Amino acid sequence: MNENRPESGKVRHLPAGSPGFYGNRDTQRGGGGQLMTKEGEMRGKIGVIIGIVAFALFLGAGVQAAEPIRVGAILAVTGGASFLGGPESRTLEMLVEEVNAKGGIKGHKVELFIMDSEGKPEKAVSFAKQLIEEKKVLAILGPSTSGETMQIKGLAEEAKTILLSCAAAEVIVNPVAKWVFKTPQKDSDAIQAIFNQMKEMKITKIGVLSGNTGFGKAGKGQIEKLAPENGITIVANEVYDKASTDLTAEVTKVKAAGAEAILNWSIVPAQSIVIKNARQIGFVGPIFQSHGFGNIKYVAAAGAAAEGVIFPAGRLLVADVLPASNPQKAVLVKYKNDYEKKYKEDASTFGGHAYDAFMILAKAIEKAGSTDKEKVRDTIETMRGFIGTGGVFDFSAEDHNGLDIDAFELLTVKNGKFAIY
Amino acid sequence: MNLDLFLQYVVAGITYGTIYGIVAIGFNIIYNTTGIINFAQGEFVMLGGMTAVTLARVLPLPAAILVAVLVTTVVGALIEILFIRWLRHPSVLRMIVITIGLSILIREVALHIWGEGVRALPYFTGTSVTSIRLGGVYISPQVLWVVGISAVVVAILGGFFRYTLLGMQMRACAANRDAARLCGISAKNMVTLSFMLSAGIGALGGCIVSPITYVSYDSGVPLAIKGFTVAILGGLGNSAASAGAGMLLGILESFSVSVLPAAYKDVISVAILLVILFVRPSGLFGSAEVARLKEF
Repeated sequence: MNENRPESGKVRHLPAGSPGFYGNRDTQRGGGGQLMTKEGEMRGKIGVIIGIVAFALFLGAGVQAAEPIRVGAILAVTGGASFLGGPESRTLEMLVEEVNAKGGIKGHKVELFIMDSEGKPEKAVSFAKQLIEEKKVLAILGPSTSGETMQIKGLAEEAKTILLSCAAAEVIVNPVAKWVFKTPQKDSDAIQAIFNQMKEMKITKIGVLSGNTGFGKAGKGQIEKLAPENGITIVANEVYDKASTDLTAEVTKVKAAGAEAILNWSIVPAQSIVIKNARQIGFVGPIFQSHGFGNIKYVAAAGAAAEGVIFPAGRLLVADVLPASNPQKAVLVKYKNDYEKKYKEDASTFGGHAYDAFMILAKAIEKAGSTDKEKVRDTIETMRGFIGTGGVFDFSAEDHNGLDIDAFELLTVKNGKFAIY
Repeated sequence: MNLDLFLQYVVAGITYGTIYGIVAIGFNIIYNTTGIINFAQGEFVMLGGMTAVTLARVLPLPAAILVAVLVTTVVGALIEILFIRWLRHPSVLRMIVITIGLSILIREVALHIWGEGVRALPYFTGTSVTSIRLGGVYISPQVLWVVGISAVVVAILGGFFRYTLLGMQMRACAANRDAARLCGISAKNMVTLSFMLSAGIGALGGCIVSPITYVSYDSGVPLAIKGFTVAILGGLGNSAASAGAGMLLGILESFSVSVLPAAYKDVISVAILLVILFVRPSGLFGSAEVARLKEF
């Protein structure tokens, strides 16, 4: 209970093992008057007290019209991938508040449980079990990282619970799993967009660097697969630790191997270190990054070294300069303004992935006119032309991502700001 | 491998090495007075960096670093006074458990204050792409700053422990706490002082390496692990040895990248640590006789 946020009322952060976690379980038992005799008397009493308090809070919150829709979210709010989970969880809080203020979806309020996985797959697994079995959620939004998503993919399938992942790796939806969807663009499309640009620049020899995370590994695999088809030779291929503090030796090796361009694939702070070190040792060729670079904080961290870095990204980062004719313009500008007004920080594409996941779910519930898992899932699968922050989604039974290469725009950094390349 | 490339790897190694070395020095100071390893040392480094980044928005850079070092020093003192001074029987094991707990506590507090973002101080000279070219070798000026400041710190500390009364008192406490107290040394004050000193030096380290490594609420742990490795490698308690061992480890790591896939970099450093612990448990530069007299 201590984690309850009074201002939003419906959003709960429940780290495993915290008093809030157990307190809540007691609430359900105490409130229902079904105390298990096995539990200690003291624990029972506490349960009753918490139950009464919860009931009072419930009354205070006003009588609810219909049963709330329970939605879970497993996000890396803290830890190494917190730059993903942080904006994602704030986005969801904002959206739930907004939807509930308007009376919910078809009269149902949304009850959101955000679990902080710290980016750790083992935590994601236990939270997924908790959300499915105990909270009986309709859908799980997230996890933030590809590694975590792959770990809970099977769980969602087994329990027939909708999983809308905010992670990028293509393996999440390829091969297609019935209950698993994802909102970020595919990494193979991102790589193809980069290779197209390389071909235009007549680059044939590249050095590949990647972090030892799920995202890095998946990207590296796709790069190795797509490079020959595009006539590109990988002359150096190095994996670095995600907690690396300096990568001078790695970039020295890449430079010595005669790479014309560097392609770095990671989502960790080290992606800023790579470009700094590359420029420091006098590498003058173009540097390409993954769509994981789409966070202005990394640009700020890399300082002057970030200038001229080329990377594919969704259009959120350049929402202000998009032509008005772009179908995504309105959605992007609204999300960006709302987020930046509420949290006083720059919106990132990662928060956008959570926005898309939540909005797709909300739209599907509305369209299906039901909170039946099966019906909502079928509605998502047949959704076409949904305009999100990541692109225009066209889902089908074969494509649970719904985005193609058009979702990407090649961006660069000019004077410390993102610009269209 | 041509000469330029060889030297470029050496420069990379020196960069790694000095970062590890300056973190290791903090471990040594507390070890020197209390005989324990302070596992919250990485958090001092992080606190120094974070505070300086925050202050650098309103203060000029040298002032921001100075204040950050002072603030962290005070935090170090408070930690000792609040959590460690009152222990009746401060055994090594207990102190270790407490410092690990403190490290988690500090990290969580930092998360609440600063959030999860990655920050950095600006480069002291030039920008993130500036480098000094010597023949075919490029060196970032920040590396020279880190090397220079670390060298000065090592020299001052060496002199402090060897020649000043206070330094000798601190060493006496580490050698034999009871005997030191019989000589009229306040062991408790010495421990407080050692926490302040290592917090301050950790913070200084955090400030000077932050343009290179970045700093975030959880950046202390990886630095502390490497710093700890280096402190053991050099022989616990000897700051100059730590600096040397740091260089050695850094250069080995850097050359390992040139021949092996980069993913094995950490494997190399841990393998070396294991070999050293088997062959020379007192560290590369430590004396086996002295090590035998120590409690831990």
